[in-house]
This record gives sequence, structure tokens and C-alpha cells, in this order.
Amino acid sequence: MRQASYPDDLLYHSEHDWARVEGEEATFGITWYAQDALGEVVYFDLPKVGATVSSGEAYAEVESVKAVSDVYAPLSGEIVAVNDALADQPEAINEDPYGNGWLVKVKLSDLAERDSLMDAAAYESSLT
Amino acid sequence: MRSTPLHDRHVAAGARMMPFAGFEMPVQYRGIREEHIAVRRSVGIFDVSHMGQVETRGPDAERFLQRMLSNDVRRVPEGGAQYSVMCREDAGVLDDLFTYRLAENHFLTVTNAANHERDLGWLRDHAGDFDADVLDCADRYAMLAVQGPQARKLVGRLADGALPPRMHCCERTVAGATMLVCGTGYTGEDGVELLLTPDAAEDVWDAMVQAGAEPAGLGARDTLRLEVCFHLYGNDLCEDRGPIEAGLGWCCKEETGFIGAAAVAEARNSPPAERLVPFVVEGAGIARPGNPVVGGGEVSSGTFSPCLRRGIGMAYVSAQASEPGTAIEIDVRGTIRQATVERKPLYRKGS
Repeated sequence: MRQASYPDDLLYHSEHDWARVEGEEATFGITWYAQDALGEVVYFDLPKVGATVSSGEAYAEVESVKAVSDVYAPLSGEIVAVNDALADQPEAINEDPYGNGWLVKVKLSDLAERDSLMDAAAYESSLT
Repeated sequence: MRSTPLHDRHVAAGARMMPFAGFEMPVQYRGIREEHIAVRRSVGIFDVSHMGQVETRGPDAERFLQRMLSNDVRRVPEGGAQYSVMCREDAGVLDDLFTYRLAENHFLTVTNAANHERDLGWLRDHAGDFDADVLDCADRYAMLAVQGPQARKLVGRLADGALPPRMHCCERTVAGATMLVCGTGYTGEDGVELLLTPDAAEDVWDAMVQAGAEPAGLGARDTLRLEVCFHLYGNDLCEDRGPIEAGLGWCCKEETGFIGAAAVAEARNSPPAERLVPFVVEGAGIARPGNPVVGGGEVSSGTFSPCLRRGIGMAYVSAQASEPGTAIEIDVRGTIRQATVERKPLYRKGS
């Protein structure tokens, strides 16, 4: 994805991760800024369904040719789905970070945590 | 932080810049994988002006370099090139180098950027007994590498004469600038390296890029060299290890009496406990420098290979585990990954 993009319907964490909350579940991924800084993703180590994630803590790693980066959970909960397609096509994280590049789906444990995340405007201004 | 003469070109091309050995260098332009594939399939151009150059001149130049360099300098003809290491008395490797003989008593040695000052000091400290001058020429040269199956055709079209064959060098005028053209490279592809005055670098770069050379950065430089198992000083080579355990016994000729020759001969007779070997990761995972090898040893270089599409690298492993085909385990940040020791090179043309 060539142009920087930060969709309005998402919530953002300062460690460059996004959450799309739908009811009591959320989908997580990394932002355009994060995938751009990383370069082409060559490997994403899929976490396990059933694992717990905690807001602000690393739950997975994403790798480019040159570097390994931690991926942080914006919100706490339990992983209910992982994006298996990334095993064969990790570059989806670069090409479509908010769509096909989604990483995990989580059943949220504390919806109130949303209040500590940023909206698109706040996140985008935090980048400059 | 220093810049190379091509800094503005890199920034204008949208390169991601990073400090390396005190220089701001381009890591990638379009992307490491794209640049890597461009070099393997066509032609890429690298700015390697950060590397250092030392010229040695005088009646004792050859005798002096015989003492300092591991290889047999007498075998380098005028217009020839040779790879060697430079060692301490205890055989600890100080640098790996290319040396070109420009005239009977005139040599040019290219040093790794991070080691240039130390190499210069080491050479000067030992030059006292020889009628030879050691000249720091790092600021006199910009350096470009043009590499890939189309590299010679591209550079040849811009040159005023035939290009030197592999492991040879000669002066040519290329894209209007007189320069030393060397049939050497660090990618495993055919190609040339160019040593030219800094003032000419931008025009020559522009001419090459216009002719179709893809700008390639240090990221691709690393993946390319690792696929063919070329050493990187600071990763695969260091002062704490000698050339024998690094697999560089082939460029050491102890009979020339270089500094460290006795220790190298000893290591040949009583092989060291560890050896540097190339490996491929089986299945998922990318090994990185510093990852321990289970049972002894550690990864010295590791990356994702764009051509093999898997984790590859080199590691120091115990001698018993160093045979090609041996299964090893690498602790990658807490996850044990299976890997297999292979022969060099990991990537071959046509594979």
C-alpha cells in the first residue's frame, strides 16, 4: 500500500497497532506506519488460538528480511482466530494492512480499555 | 555522521537511509527483495563509497604486503586482484581485503569501512622495516559496484575499451570519467566494481541508472552475499577467531611468512573446536546473528533468502556437527528451529 492510510473506523495503539471492535470481538493488525518502517514482511509467526493477549503487551513477531518487530495487543482478551493465509502470503501485511493483512481476532475481556486508545486523527498526528 | 558523494541521489530516489560504519548509507530503495532479484536477473548498482582504500608504494611494497596479507602477493600480476585476510600474531582476523596490483611496486587494498582506521594503523605500525609508503586514500575514491548478468554489457557500452576479466583490473574511461575497473564483486553474480574520483560519482551513477541499473542498497547486498556464503567482517569474521575456523584456509599461504602464519599453521594441524558452516532453516523461521546453536556454537549471519524463500545463514558449530547434511537446532528467541548444514554456496545459478 503506497499511500499512508489510517481508517476512521479503527482504534489505534501507540505501538502502531490497530483494533476494529465489533461487539465483544475485535480484529487486530499493524498500521501503515508500522509496515512501512518494517519493509517487506517475509514471515509472521502465527500465535495460537486460545492464547490470551494483554493490552500493551507483545503477543507476536513480524519479520522483514532485516529485522524482527514485536506486535502489541491494543486490547486484552483471548485469541479466537488467526489469519492462516499469512503463512503463505506474509506480504499481505504490507499490501493490505487493514484488510487481508489482519493478524488475529480476539474476544475482548474489558471493553473499557477502548478509552485508552487513539482515534485515527490522534494517531496520525502522533506520527509527526 | 559522514555521507558518501552519492548521498543526494539516494535521498532523491527515496532510499531508506541508515548509519553504517559512521556513514549514512542506503539500506533499500524499492525494497530489499526487489533489488536482490534485480541483481540476480538483470543488473543492480550499489554505492560502496564507504569502503576504505590504502595504497602501498615503494621498492619493498610487495615484500611488505607479503608480511601483512595472508595470501601470496607474488602471484598477483600487474592488473590482477587477490582476496586475503590480515591477521594478528595469534591468527585473529583483523579484516578481509581485496588487493589490486596497479604497477610492479604499487598496490591498492580495499578495506571494510568499519576497519579502515585500524587497518591503516596496523599497516603503518609494521611498515618501518620496509622501503614502502602506506597511503590513506579513502577520501580519494568513490566506489560503485555494478552487478548482475547484464552488468558487463551495461558498463561495457559506456566504456572506452574492453572490461577486465574476473580477478583483474584496469583503467578505463566510463561514462566520461577515468576510473579503475575491477572484475570483482560481493554478490555471486558477474559484474564490476568501479573506483573513481568522488567528483565524478554522481554523473557516473546517473549514466548507469539511466542505462537500466537498479539502485540497490545494503539490505540487498547482505542477502546476496549470504546466499553465496561470502563472509561479512563483524559477523562471520572477528578478531577472536582465525581464518581456519572461518573456512578461509584457502587464502592463507603460511610459507609467505605473514603475521599470524605460525598460528594459522598450528590451527591447520590441530583443527579448532568450531567451524563456520552455511545452513538452511527447515520450515518456518529465520535465524539471526547471535542465535545459539543447540549443543554448541552460534549463528554469525542469518536472513531470509529471496531466491531460496527460506531462512538461511552461517553459523559457527562444533566440528562434529560441521559435515554437510548434519541436522542442527537453532534457538531463535526461545523457539527451537530445525536447520541443516549445507555446502557452499547455498544459492547456485539455475537453481
